Amino acid sequence: MAGPTTGQTWRGWLMTDTPTSRNHARASAFYHGWLMLRANHMAMIGLGILVLLLLVAAFAPILSPHDPFVQDLAGRLQPPLSEGHILGTDSLGRDILSRLIYGSRITLYIVTLVALIAPIAGLLVGTIAGYAGGWADAILMRLTDIFLAFPRLVLALAFVAALGAGIENAVLAISLTAWPPYARIARAETLTIRSSDYISAVKLQGAGPLRIITKHIWPLCISSLIVRVTLDMAGVILAAAGLGFLGLGAQPPSPEWGAMISEGRKFILDHWWVATMPGLAIFTVSLAFNLLGDGLRDVLDPKEGAG
Amino acid sequence: MALAEPNGGGRPRAALFSRYVVVALKTLLSIAVTMSGLLLVTFVIGRVMPIDPVLSMVGESASKATYDAARESMGLDKPVIVQFFYYFRDVLQGDFGISLLNSHPVSEDIKRVFPATLELATLGTIMGIVLGVPLGVFAAVNRGTWIDQVARVVALVGYSMPIFWLGLMGLLVFYGILGWVGGPGRVGIFYVDLVPSVTGMILIDSLLDRNWTVFKDAFSHIILPASLLGYYSLAYISRMTRSFMLEQLSAEYITTARVKGLPERTVIWRHAFRNIRVQLITVIALSYANLLEGSVLTEIIFSWPGIGSYITTALLSADMNAVMGGTVVVGLIFVLLNIFSDLLYKVFDPRAR
Repeated sequence: MAGPTTGQTWRGWLMTDTPTSRNHARASAFYHGWLMLRANHMAMIGLGILVLLLLVAAFAPILSPHDPFVQDLAGRLQPPLSEGHILGTDSLGRDILSRLIYGSRITLYIVTLVALIAPIAGLLVGTIAGYAGGWADAILMRLTDIFLAFPRLVLALAFVAALGAGIENAVLAISLTAWPPYARIARAETLTIRSSDYISAVKLQGAGPLRIITKHIWPLCISSLIVRVTLDMAGVILAAAGLGFLGLGAQPPSPEWGAMISEGRKFILDHWWVATMPGLAIFTVSLAFNLLGDGLRDVLDPKEGAG
Repeated sequence: MALAEPNGGGRPRAALFSRYVVVALKTLLSIAVTMSGLLLVTFVIGRVMPIDPVLSMVGESASKATYDAARESMGLDKPVIVQFFYYFRDVLQGDFGISLLNSHPVSEDIKRVFPATLELATLGTIMGIVLGVPLGVFAAVNRGTWIDQVARVVALVGYSMPIFWLGLMGLLVFYGILGWVGGPGRVGIFYVDLVPSVTGMILIDSLLDRNWTVFKDAFSHIILPASLLGYYSLAYISRMTRSFMLEQLSAEYITTARVKGLPERTVIWRHAFRNIRVQLITVIALSYANLLEGSVLTEIIFSWPGIGSYITTALLSADMNAVMGGTVVVGLIFVLLNIFSDLLYKVFDPRAR
């Protein structure tokens, strides 16, 4: 792919109506989408918070003022703004700010894994069902409906109980309850794409089902899946925090935010900050995902964004 | 529906009737399939649980003979398929086995705790409807203004807030600092078991007993958790109401009504709102189902003795039968409400037939 020729700005090259290559067209479409997203202030705030979260997680050792695991029983339950502890300390004298900073890594870890597992599983099931049709479709969609009809949190609880508590099992349980909507979306997209002319053209060129699904159907499903993933991430964070709160997710002394709230619950009335701070962190991140998801929906899927 | 329909003219009554029969049969089949799936999943969960149910029943020190006898009496010596069949048969008869924790039948435990959850979720849903529907309508009518923005922020915050944290904050502020509401639990310690249990829902029981002191106390305990659930319900209901209303308000018949000179209030409530009622009931049913489930974490925060607390306590003490029973009951209600809302849509919205 070539950049702009001489006498042409990058902006002009990206804004052109007459792309010179497939990659040029892609870059141009991406840039147009970005411009639309940038005009949405709420979405940009969300994106900003998430970028910040990434940076915080990446530079946790540099940013955190204390070791998140070191206990200091003499300095336990210090209120916020006390010396050396901006957000105070918990019942074991650990610095809450440092624990929040390290906890961002766990949150990102969970979110990333679920964001990979659930949509990919849903994409597989949905496209196979939609493309194959017939019995395969009936069975796979019935299965999807069964999982969709389940109460998600209760099911995740039961899964974690069966698999044992821990972050990885929490991820697995959340993914197991999160894939059906993606399968529905992927199937719907596949059904509309399957009967289109260009698929017939590809078929005439001799392409098999595998090639058609992976090269011609999957790429078109991606954008609606991305929107859904972004909107779902808030729910994933809340579910992970809920499992952590119940003691079924990350185990102590891990600085997972939900587990931190659970530790602070015991002395909520006397030492409010221990439970309050991690809750604010969860709220901020899940709000950021919701804001970004709303904005992305307007850009990628204009028909659904009713204002 | 893949049924041939005569075009135009009055529809023969017999055809209409047979269509309802088909819908009913399909619905029943769908409930049956989904419930079998639910039972299969809970069965598998119960199987892979890393706990030996026999051992937790007879204890570590039991002899081999006692162990084998217990194993046989629990049916665990049979092939897995047969075990599933037994499980299926028992559940159909409303038998979820014996709780390992307190040796009561699980079904009786669930009967005892369920009204508490129902009371909480119902009050929450009522709050969600009473506040959420008007908020959604006003947001749609005043689209793009500050009212719309406020409604949007209210809903977004609701979607993003961890409910158990909001519950803790509510307890801290309204119980701990302000002292406006009762603390955790359903009633204060002095009022426990003061009114005879008829429905299991203390608000209604105390009304039936005309015991105003208990009613007031129970109300002061339920108001905070119910408001929390109500807020979540409000977030969802107001957003959906708004988008349904926007769809109606852009329709041509609304323009016609306005051109005719009808007052705006009539246009909004008599014309537009009437047409979203079916969709709205669907949404409310879904939201109700979500609250029944979503109350798990709320119940724990407020020490509310409902089905959520029951399942979680059972989980943490590895009481397998109780976990499976609780999951099946919540799942069943969830499925039924889902199907009910689906059905409602099919029956009342001619376009969905």
